[in-house]
Amino acid sequence: MTSDSDPSGQSPKDLDDFGQKLKKARESEETRRLWKSNVNKAPNSALGLAFRVSVELVSAVAVGFAIGWGLDWLLGTGPWLMVVFIILGFAAGVLNVYRMAVGMNNAIGYSEKDDASTTDKVE
Amino acid sequence: MAEGQSPLAQFEIKTLVPIEIGGIDASFTNSSLFMVLTVITVSLFLIGGMRRSSMVPGRWQSMAELSYVFIANMVKDNVGSEGRPYFPFIFTIFMFILVGNFWGMMPYSFTFTSHIAVTFAMAFFVFVGVTLIAIAKHKLHFLTFFMPPGVPMVMAPLLVPIEIISYLSRPISLSVRLFANMLAGHTLLKVFAGFIISLGVAAGWLPFVFVVALTGLEFVIAFLQAFVFAILTCLYLNDALHLH
Repeated sequence: MTSDSDPSGQSPKDLDDFGQKLKKARESEETRRLWKSNVNKAPNSALGLAFRVSVELVSAVAVGFAIGWGLDWLLGTGPWLMVVFIILGFAAGVLNVYRMAVGMNNAIGYSEKDDASTTDKVE
Repeated sequence: MAEGQSPLAQFEIKTLVPIEIGGIDASFTNSSLFMVLTVITVSLFLIGGMRRSSMVPGRWQSMAELSYVFIANMVKDNVGSEGRPYFPFIFTIFMFILVGNFWGMMPYSFTFTSHIAVTFAMAFFVFVGVTLIAIAKHKLHFLTFFMPPGVPMVMAPLLVPIEIISYLSRPISLSVRLFANMLAGHTLLKVFAGFIISLGVAAGWLPFVFVVALTGLEFVIAFLQAFVFAILTCLYLNDALHLH
């Protein structure tokens, strides 16, 4: 992008014209598509992907544990809610990983944008 | 081998100016110092770049504009036009993490993004902010967030807690990803650098080559993690604004 913004050897009155051309080039479909394909997707190495998967899994289990432990502490229901919520947390973790694998989006709900770069859409 | 030169010593918080407000330790530490340096660097980079804003940008202005356009396109592509008001926030968070990571790449510097306290504070802020935006925009309809469409009611008691846990795990995975990447990368660099000395001239070149390669990789990771943090903030924001 920087290289084509160097109008060496142009007189100042050509600059307006040049600016227009630059703007047009930037707005062209080709450029937008290029931007999309490069920007929308994080370049995932295998290691990075594995790391993300494990973080998604573990963080959900940790949240489940925290909720269960907190509720047990509040209600005095022994270890039982903790056990239940760890299992739920694991399920949530698998859900997170599944959503991550489907798109970049590990979001709740299924509100993927229509024109997102991922082709498969979950309904 | 030097004693006490643990690979983790680089993450130690050192108090520079002790400050205590109402019994709470609010000292100015090396972490704070590098945050301040980061803010100054970003400000100088952007203000300096746009000081003489000309039609045909120079190198510096190009870099400043490029970083702006990069995030502007990210917000536009992932959130849409409704994301416009939140662009400054995402841009700030991106630049703060990016430059903070790059400051951490300087020898003898401190990487504040390698502390969970810092990354979690940022992720938690994003999480609370996004949730408040969703509630403000959709009121009670927000609760359908936790109930995917087309699910039979029988499944609700099982599915709603799972969705809530999944939702609550967002700030954790967001912060842990950044923190763990920086921590692991910098520790690995130190460990391999230690091997150079202990293996001596005979085999020391091998870890040295590794450290050179790792340093390059670490620069990529520094950018990538800032990018991931920003894009996930965008995606969460998109969810909050466009509820299904």
